[in-house]
Amino acid sequence: MTAYETVIGLEVHCELATASKMFCGCPNEFGDEPNTNVCAVCLGLPGSLPVLNAMAVEYALRVADALNLRVPERSVFSRKNYFYPDMPKNYQTSQYDEPITIDGWLEIDGVRVGITRAHLEEDTGKSQHVGVGGRIHDAEFSLVDYNRAGVPLLEIVSEPDIRSAEQAKRYVEELRATLLAVGVSDVKMEEGSLRIDANVSVRTPGSPEFGTRAEIKNLNSLRSLLRAIEYESDRQWSLTQAGEKVVQETRHWDEESGRTISGRSKEEAHDYRYFPEPDLVPVEPTQEMRERVRASMPELPAAQRARYIEQWGIGAEDARVLVDVPGLAAYAERAVAALPGDSGGSAKDVVNWVRQEVLAYINETGLSPAVLAPEMLAELVALVAAGTISRQQAKDVLAESLRDEKWPRTIVEERGIAQVSDEGAIADVIDRVLAANPNVAEEYRAGDEAAKKKKWGFLMGQVMRELKGRGNAQVINRILEQRVAGE
Amino acid sequence: MSGASRIADDVRSGARSARDVLDEHLEAINRREPDIHAFNAVLADEARAAADGVDAAVARGDDPGPLAGVPLALKDNMCTRGLLTTCSSRILEGWRPPYDATVVERVRAAGAVVIGKTNLDEFAMGSSTENSAFGPTRNPHDLTRVPGGSSGGSAAAVAAGFAPLALGSDTGGSIRQPAALCGVVGVKPTYGAVSRYGLIAFASSLDQIGPFAATVEDAALLLEVIAGHDSLDSTSIAGPAPQLVAGLDEGVSGLRVGIVDEMTEIDGIEPQVRDAVRAAAAGLEAAGAKVDTVSVPSATYGISAYYLIAPAEASSNLARYDGVRYGLRVDADDVSHMNSATREAGFGREVKRRIMLGTYALSAGYYDAYYGQAQRVRTLILRDFERVYEQFDVLIAATSPTVAFELGAKTADPLAMYLCDVCTVPVNLTGHPAMSVPFGTGDAGLPIGVQVLAPALGEPTMFRVARAIEQAAGR
Amino acid sequence: MAERITRADVEHVAQLARLALSEEEIVSLSEELGAILDYAAQVSALDTHDVPPTAHPLPLVNVFRPDEARPGLPRDEVLAAAPSVQDKRFRVPRILGEEP
Repeated sequence: MTAYETVIGLEVHCELATASKMFCGCPNEFGDEPNTNVCAVCLGLPGSLPVLNAMAVEYALRVADALNLRVPERSVFSRKNYFYPDMPKNYQTSQYDEPITIDGWLEIDGVRVGITRAHLEEDTGKSQHVGVGGRIHDAEFSLVDYNRAGVPLLEIVSEPDIRSAEQAKRYVEELRATLLAVGVSDVKMEEGSLRIDANVSVRTPGSPEFGTRAEIKNLNSLRSLLRAIEYESDRQWSLTQAGEKVVQETRHWDEESGRTISGRSKEEAHDYRYFPEPDLVPVEPTQEMRERVRASMPELPAAQRARYIEQWGIGAEDARVLVDVPGLAAYAERAVAALPGDSGGSAKDVVNWVRQEVLAYINETGLSPAVLAPEMLAELVALVAAGTISRQQAKDVLAESLRDEKWPRTIVEERGIAQVSDEGAIADVIDRVLAANPNVAEEYRAGDEAAKKKKWGFLMGQVMRELKGRGNAQVINRILEQRVAGE
Repeated sequence: MSGASRIADDVRSGARSARDVLDEHLEAINRREPDIHAFNAVLADEARAAADGVDAAVARGDDPGPLAGVPLALKDNMCTRGLLTTCSSRILEGWRPPYDATVVERVRAAGAVVIGKTNLDEFAMGSSTENSAFGPTRNPHDLTRVPGGSSGGSAAAVAAGFAPLALGSDTGGSIRQPAALCGVVGVKPTYGAVSRYGLIAFASSLDQIGPFAATVEDAALLLEVIAGHDSLDSTSIAGPAPQLVAGLDEGVSGLRVGIVDEMTEIDGIEPQVRDAVRAAAAGLEAAGAKVDTVSVPSATYGISAYYLIAPAEASSNLARYDGVRYGLRVDADDVSHMNSATREAGFGREVKRRIMLGTYALSAGYYDAYYGQAQRVRTLILRDFERVYEQFDVLIAATSPTVAFELGAKTADPLAMYLCDVCTVPVNLTGHPAMSVPFGTGDAGLPIGVQVLAPALGEPTMFRVARAIEQAAGR
Repeated sequence: MAERITRADVEHVAQLARLALSEEEIVSLSEELGAILDYAAQVSALDTHDVPPTAHPLPLVNVFRPDEARPGLPRDEVLAAAPSVQDKRFRVPRILGEEP
């Protein structure tokens, strides 16, 4: 139990997966050759003018529905003025006092995290710092690529409702799953589609006041988010314990050293001189726009999880994995649907296989579940339920089925590994074995635990040998029980 | 030399060739341009090619369009693909835009021949064209005097007969005031009527492109060509361009005309200018209009609001000139010092003054008192005009309080220069259309302009009234 | 609301606006800006209580473009305009300040 409480608010910048940029028709593509997706507008050439991408607005409205945000009657764009070489106009077209959405929440493990606002803005270009070390201050010069300039961003700002690094991670996980589900972003942190700034402060538990906060910039993975918050809250608490003051400032997470570093090196007083963007007109989402979005909204992760838990009788963790791994839930749903009604296999069985073997295969190969055939898994589950193969055998069969895209029944036939489960045939073999070893049953009944175990093993071994190892162990056990112990 | 509509008729019918028309105008340029300096660049070669294209179209039996073969001068703050576009600033040194402004595409598609790029006050900031990095333009009526500004080059080009038509931009009077001082017609259309795409921004919520011409009819002809919706400009009004030429001679009988007190009966206005407004009003009355005086009290605050809003927007619009992507760079050790050194060297005095003013007006702690208050005053001015337009169809006023002044007369006193715009800025704040029509000459034979104002999209009526004033002036 | 514009004000604003003003400019701008702002401050004489700001003379709303991608400008043309280029990127001197 720590002696202090951490208070965290997150600003998540989400690149929207539109086809074109926010204010021009340049392709919104990651990883293209530098300065190939640029035009007069996104380069801020003199005389060019922005026109708002309708899809960016629609995506913001989708997120509004997903995050319980309110959509005010009117929103406007503003210019945020500051000089930076990766920003072609030296102002960022953003939203300030009239954002497109406000006042929402996202539920994390039963706790509501408030969302202050989610607003639209344009992304900046990217600078590459060249020189000794490659770090910004060591660089001799920088090279700028404007392909990313003007890509639409949704900045989602949470209330300071988060109380631990772990909860912050869960918030981002849930947010990612939600953004992915509503189809507005590919949420790839490694490609910068999702970038996080964390406002962190500490205080004595129960204290009504917030401590002075630091803003940690540019957290590019869940791991750095966790580590940075843990490091920063420890740092702040140590400072306050030593009687020193926490400075309100921007800090940068340094992955290598595992520390946050003050960004004060050349802190100018920022004065963004926001004013309404005169080249754009206000956005007033109409009833028709909002209804169209609502009608196209998919099921949200929370509802999806609840449905699986209820309908399939699976655990919360199983449901979470299904929903969080892209494509996995759809795969499982199709496999369950393909399960023959009289097979004796259940949705829960399917999910067990998906969570264990299928997930392992996906992680190992990097394939998307979408390319796998769920009907093959359904067949496998049915084979196990019917006793045709054992669970152990099924693992091998599934591995081959996934790898070679082969039907499990075909594999079982090819390998000749179908179990003998026929009770009559097994009973005949058992009777023959007992007849050939007349004393063993008697010795079993008279023996102590150790002797019993030994004699049982002998009989099982004889029966299995007669069945060439393909006897269904469960059935053999049951009949042997009747013949030997049951009398 | 003759008017634009006459030239277009002759070229379309084959009576004259576009090439001959062009050569006549190039000859006029050769004669007087060295004294006047209307142009930053005369595009003789490009113009000859364009004129030949028009003649070839006529020879093929195609219609080159309503401006067939008409030479047209472009203010050098409108982008022309592959051709130097300077804003009369050193900061854009060597810059050739990779695209054409929408108005440039439209005038070319209508058969006009772009003859050159005209001089202006740097980034359109000024009222005399003395704030050009390439030297001032002189008034064709008196070479010791200014042509007005900021579109002084375009106004002078039309006045000197270098081109029958020109385009300018009007942010606080930059078309109407030089039109008045040079004795030509100049129009600021309704905000949003003409696409701003490719117009290098000064103050985005005030800038509007408009025509210069020798006559009201020619100005109407050009406005019909350049107006109409453009999907590249979010502030462009939906719908087609208004029909203006057809109704020009419908007269003013029964129209209610108001003389705006705050834009005519003001301190510092020359009596000859005030008399011209009154005489124009009398002319309209004689033609059947009902004339009365009217007060628009908040118009008095136009200049104050304007000189907060325009510099504020300009300070942001001009932030992009930083030495990174195009134009001038003055190198330094780090990027911030490179930006500052480049901008210090590339911008002239007035531009820097306005960037400073605008940055200050937007900065923390001053926003509400300056920029915010100016935007609220803008609302009051708009309300006042809308109220007045319930009782009047059009308004008239002075365009410039004075006739053309001598070069250097106001360069030492920025505020005195700003007051040149006192009669013109109110309609930039409201977005309404207004135009200046020549109405006689004053003491030294210098032209005087009368301003006609109309409610939003009121151009058809405004042009009818302007035409009547033109007739009353005996032209 | 007569504001005196101090030398420090001018220097601060010049830094925000990225202008390396000369000594002479700093001095004259202090005076000129003061005079212009005094004049412009006339706007404060009007009672604007309950008056909404007009950011724009047009009552337009909801102007959108469809989300259709089209090719940008040729890269060579874009880079040809730049004062300094390296590896198909715009080259700038080292960046000292952090991105805000």
